[in-house]
Amino acid sequence: MRHLLSAGDLSRDEATLILDTAGELAQVGDRSVKKLPTLRGRTVVNLFYEDSTRTRTSFELAAKRLSADVINFSAKGSSVSKGESLKDTALTLQAMGADGVVIRHSASGAPHRLANWIDGSVLNAGDGTHEHPTQALLDAFTMRARLGRLEGLRVAVVGDILHSRVARSNVLLLTTLGAHVTVVAPPTLMPVSVHTWPCQVSYHLDEVLPESDVVMMLRVQAERMHDSFFPSVREYSRNYGLDRERLNRMPGDAIVMHPGPMVRGMEISAEVADSPRCTVTEQVANGVSLRMAVLYLLLGGS
Amino acid sequence: MHARKPARDDNETGVPASVPEVPEGTRAVLDGNEINRALTRIAHEVLERTKGGQDVTLLGIPSRGVPLAERLARRIERVEDLDVPAGSLDITMYRDDLRLAPARALGRTEIPAGGLDDRVVVLVDDVLFSGRTVRAALDALGDLGRPRAVQLAVLVDRGHRELPIRADYVGKNLPTSLRESVTVQLEETDGLDAVLLGPSPSATLKEGTRPGSLQRSETTEGDT
Repeated sequence: MRHLLSAGDLSRDEATLILDTAGELAQVGDRSVKKLPTLRGRTVVNLFYEDSTRTRTSFELAAKRLSADVINFSAKGSSVSKGESLKDTALTLQAMGADGVVIRHSASGAPHRLANWIDGSVLNAGDGTHEHPTQALLDAFTMRARLGRLEGLRVAVVGDILHSRVARSNVLLLTTLGAHVTVVAPPTLMPVSVHTWPCQVSYHLDEVLPESDVVMMLRVQAERMHDSFFPSVREYSRNYGLDRERLNRMPGDAIVMHPGPMVRGMEISAEVADSPRCTVTEQVANGVSLRMAVLYLLLGGS
Repeated sequence: MHARKPARDDNETGVPASVPEVPEGTRAVLDGNEINRALTRIAHEVLERTKGGQDVTLLGIPSRGVPLAERLARRIERVEDLDVPAGSLDITMYRDDLRLAPARALGRTEIPAGGLDDRVVVLVDDVLFSGRTVRAALDALGDLGRPRAVQLAVLVDRGHRELPIRADYVGKNLPTSLRESVTVQLEETDGLDAVLLGPSPSATLKEGTRPGSLQRSETTEGDT
């Protein structure tokens, strides 16, 4: 493993190794000295062309807990706003000796291009509507921690599948790990090629809910929408939003996940978001351990 | 050939027990009974040196050090009727040779409840070799708490130290050549107890050089 570009690149063994490593590294958060010397002298660049709070701070904290030097580089306030291309920026970082580059970009495939230009490891932190592999890994980690297994787990991914990189990465990774995934969305928010994905497709949330161990709600990504995909927020929320009544129809030990940021009242009601069965804050905490594991496995060895 | 006594339950067959299990070119230097006696002696020594073992916490270094620490704890409990906390301390993230090999899988770290502050921590490992594992373990301990004292117990000391480190309790001092490998097998991890001495698989490859981390991890995990 040199780069982490797609959740689909991971074999079952590799993915399990990442999850196991994250499980061990989770202990570091409970210690008095929350730091390991492992990546001392290595440099990690956070190259963020899109706004992000959660993922960027999570990667930054993970790298710092491993004693790496972290440089944050956001498109705003950098040479990118002066018109520099991705390649020139990459070569600049290369010249400065970056060992790992964490990239978020609005263009799908940008991390793959970057991986051809630089010697260090490239970590995809979300590219366009394509993939977000560390999110899928931390989701899998959270499921395993809560429910004890992934094999045979029934997972419903609900919402804006069309614009979601989280959905694609989760489908690929969870299938590799033996879970059964169903994507649920209105037909307008389903990708054209969804039949090629290794998952079931449904347009009716109420049919899928009683047979799901995990329900993952996705945010409707209004910022990527240039057409109208559904008549009104109210109608969307009625058909595809998760409220108390729908939560009660799920199996008793089923959990609700959300990659964040949540839009309360749209895809998830405030009541469900605050219920103990919703794992949003756990997912954030697990994100740091998981990203530490990925950074260690990519940058820690030879 | 070293005198070997059948140590296990296959006595009635009359077949020397260790013969079928010992790979060609290696010989057993300690059998199950001898390992047991060494651990019993170390348990008594720990009690003597720590004046009753009141504050002792045993920490095994994965993988073989962990079951050894457990066994020592049970022995001390039997001798002194004293509850000795035992845990494990993984040192992978503190190794100085991480960049020489692909990233390794991590072992478990389990610090017993009550922590390490003001305890007498006895690190337990199977083989003491270069001393680099123990160096890493000392660094790891520094991040976990502040023990009153740190001591080291090993089943086999094979010499060839690369750092100023020595063991407080030694099961067996085993003079070796750098071309040899020492393998500790334990009931818990390998199905039987034995210490084997054999040729290092990579001796021909890296003749004259110190057995580096790369080959060590593949051959004898316990080489420290």
